[in-house]
Amino acid sequence: MTEFLQQLVNGVTLGLGYALIALGYTMVYGILRLINFAHGDVYMLGAFFGFYAARLTGAAVEPNPLKAAGILLISMVGCGLVGFLIERFAYKPVRKSSRLAALITAIGVSLLLENGGLLLFGADPKFFPQIVRATNIPLGMGVTISNQQIIILVVSVALMLALRFIVLNTRAGKAMRAVSYSHTAAALMGISVDRIITFTFVLGSMLAAAAGVLVALQNPKIEPYMGIMPGLKAFVAAVLGGIGNIPGAVLGGLVMGIAEVMVVGYLSPTWRDAIAFVLLILILLVRPSGLLGQPPAEKV
Amino acid sequence: MTRPVLELQRVTMQFGGLKAVVDLDLAIAEGELVGLIGPNGAGKTTVFNVIPGVYLPTGGDVRFVGESIRGLRPHAIAHRGITRTFQNIRLFGSRSCRDNVCIAAHHHARATLLDAVLRNRRFKDDEQACRDQGDALLEFFGLSAWADTIAAELPYGQQRRLEIARALAGRPSLLLLDEPAAGLNPQESEQLMRVIEALRERFQVTILLIEHDMRVVMGICQRIVVLDYGVKIAEGTPADIRTNPKVIEAYLGEEVQVDLGAGG
Amino acid sequence: MRQLLWLLGAVVLLTGVNVVLPRLVNPYITQIIILCGINIILAVSLNLINGFTGQFSIGHAGFMALGAYGSATFTLRVGVGWVAGLTAAGVPEVVAQGTALMVALLLGGLLAALAGYLVGLPSLRLRGDYLAIVTLGFGEIIRVLILNVDAIGGARGLAGIPAWANFFWVGAGVLAVILLARHLALSTHGRALFAIRDDEVAAEALGVDTTSYKVLAFVMGAFFAGVAGGLFAHFLSYLNPSSFNFIRSIEVIAMVVLGGMGSISGSVVAAILLTLMPEVLRPVKDYRMVIYSLLLIVLMITRPGGLLGSRELSLAWLTKRFRPARERA
Ligand SMILES: Nc1ncnc2c1ncn2[C@@H]1O[C@H](COP(=O)(O)OP(=O)(O)OP(=O)(O)O)[C@@H](O)[C@H]1O
Ligand SMILES: [Mg+2]
Repeated sequence: MTEFLQQLVNGVTLGLGYALIALGYTMVYGILRLINFAHGDVYMLGAFFGFYAARLTGAAVEPNPLKAAGILLISMVGCGLVGFLIERFAYKPVRKSSRLAALITAIGVSLLLENGGLLLFGADPKFFPQIVRATNIPLGMGVTISNQQIIILVVSVALMLALRFIVLNTRAGKAMRAVSYSHTAAALMGISVDRIITFTFVLGSMLAAAAGVLVALQNPKIEPYMGIMPGLKAFVAAVLGGIGNIPGAVLGGLVMGIAEVMVVGYLSPTWRDAIAFVLLILILLVRPSGLLGQPPAEKV
Repeated sequence: MTRPVLELQRVTMQFGGLKAVVDLDLAIAEGELVGLIGPNGAGKTTVFNVIPGVYLPTGGDVRFVGESIRGLRPHAIAHRGITRTFQNIRLFGSRSCRDNVCIAAHHHARATLLDAVLRNRRFKDDEQACRDQGDALLEFFGLSAWADTIAAELPYGQQRRLEIARALAGRPSLLLLDEPAAGLNPQESEQLMRVIEALRERFQVTILLIEHDMRVVMGICQRIVVLDYGVKIAEGTPADIRTNPKVIEAYLGEEVQVDLGAGG
Repeated sequence: MRQLLWLLGAVVLLTGVNVVLPRLVNPYITQIIILCGINIILAVSLNLINGFTGQFSIGHAGFMALGAYGSATFTLRVGVGWVAGLTAAGVPEVVAQGTALMVALLLGGLLAALAGYLVGLPSLRLRGDYLAIVTLGFGEIIRVLILNVDAIGGARGLAGIPAWANFFWVGAGVLAVILLARHLALSTHGRALFAIRDDEVAAEALGVDTTSYKVLAFVMGAFFAGVAGGLFAHFLSYLNPSSFNFIRSIEVIAMVVLGGMGSISGSVVAAILLTLMPEVLRPVKDYRMVIYSLLLIVLMITRPGGLLGSRELSLAWLTKRFRPARERA
């Protein structure tokens, strides 16, 4: 029981990381019907931006919460900018073309970020500094949670609530929902579709950056290809939850994280990457549009 | 009345809380041309999706030449002899007009995949047959000049015709036409009426026709069925329908009703 | 009859190539040409699924892996013995190896085709991106599966596969897949696939059994991906699960889209181009992959329909395109 609860805590933390990345996938998909393959690499950039920011601020030597918050912020702003640039210079020119052209462009951007990262940051893994000193806090029944896990928990939930507020209560958020419903209709209502798309990319990239920094707190090893697998799994999580659906992305991320940790704990670590997909296929066979997704009402 | 080709028995189609078609009874005899009309959203297209199996009706039965076809997959129903056109034209956009027609004659081809790879006699005969049939159909619809044109590049009016040509390629015995005159100008719909009458003779098909253009419906249909909110509210000859108070009431407030008496 | 003549012609031609070419080029060039051939088979076969039928598969590496490991396992367990037996009985070595390789490739292809059937089945229920993700998942599951089976090398990889694949067999694979795709495209069956791609609902309503055809496309595509995998195994002599990760599937997709969905010659051209590009860029070392990805992006922005759109490269098209230029000059 203790072990199970401990796994659950770890799974939830891992899942929240996936969820943060998955949110970016799902928002972009909701608006452009584009699988933004480069999103996992934005997550990688987030970790690296955090890494360099930590160096600059000297947080590695004498950590304090203010610096940690600053690092998170710098990384988010940096990735927001990257998201803006990617959208503007790579995706916008192919927006009117086929979805496949956009997809291949996204793959190109992904390769560009990975190999550009390789060039800039070097191929050797770097180690994310301990910007928060780790301590373990007992939760009772032998289950412990690290303060880093608590930070991950608190920050991701706060970001998700902020996102929820933006999407539901702000003008930009309402415009986002309108654009995801129909570009033409939104444009007719006077919404600047271009601006909203940019906004969505920036928002998604910022969340991915946060995930990059938060995950690096726990798994400090960072390298330019680190975004591929989490990116893939977060995407799977978004599909699991029903792509385009924001609560679905969070749910999908959690399911994914918990399942993965359980497999590692109770089965074998070598199977962990496969289980995510087995789970996905099983769920999609039962619910072809994901857990919370609506089946497309195709009228004939 | 000769034996019914198509029979709907208390067909109901419910989407969530919405009943699009309610307890619909309908029988169509061989060789008839029946019109299905009703205000927007009355459930006409839904009927056209239930008959060829796109939707599985939530209640009732659909019988075709005496056998139930409820639950069969659409292609199987097409093989049995029911084909259709779509209200919002659905051509195979990247293919030539001839290919569009040939595709619909698909199940008459006998060449297997192996024949096709080997390009043997059987394959060539098949290709020739489908080409000939396709060209004949295109000619009948005045589309010969466009045979090699990509369907998506066809002018709108011709696209409507190509849809009908394509639906006939499978040699159906029952043809379902969903608003074939939609978007056509008066001359074009006039022509289309002639074409529909001519194809009945030539291809010996029974036709069920949805149409908003009352001149077309009143002009060529022998019998008309009126739907409103999924319920059949009237059935009869064009003359009966035109004077039926229920029908007039259903159409009240609709633009179309102005035309209701003007046709014929 | 005519078909037999063609077959004979192809065998003579390929034998000629197989004898002459290795004398003309060094091993490095040989490797590049062979990899071009394997990538052509992969791209054209994926085009059957993605380009012809409009289904979206991003698990091609999985089929390839099954073919590679399947055929290699057969060769190591059975094929090698056959060759020994046959040569002892006086059969020339080339013939013995060729026979064993052919059987291995067919088995690898069939294994992949079986998987294609199983993956094709959900395509009845799933559409678009959901199907894509299932195929992706399938590819990853296969990879992890191989990683965990010790009998075929697991994470260490599978070594010692006899290097029987040469220009002849790779050329044969290329010809076979192009021939199939080309003849398919011009037949009823190919038209049915195109109809599904253009409008699945209409295709079904007009009598096309969309279910069977979608599965058929998966089976055919997977078969040839398996054959390509088998050739890959018998060329490099060594297999590693990481050669079949999803990046490889993505590479093949890039070839299909860059060539133009549904265009066979487009797939061929793009497969060659994308195989050569990293090699040509080798001198710029560290910048190689950066330039490669930038080129990919620029190509997609400037030619979003692919290099050839859905057209085929043909003499008529080429002359039409280039003649006016000459006349103007
Ligand atoms: N797949 C579906 N899911 C949910 N509701 C549907 C579906 N198809 C049709 N409906 C609803 O059923 C009702 C009848 O629609 P239908 O398309 O049959 O009308 P119609 O008579 O063809 O109208 P129109 O003249 O505008 O073509 C409408 O309210 C429509 O919104
Ligand atoms: Mg309708």
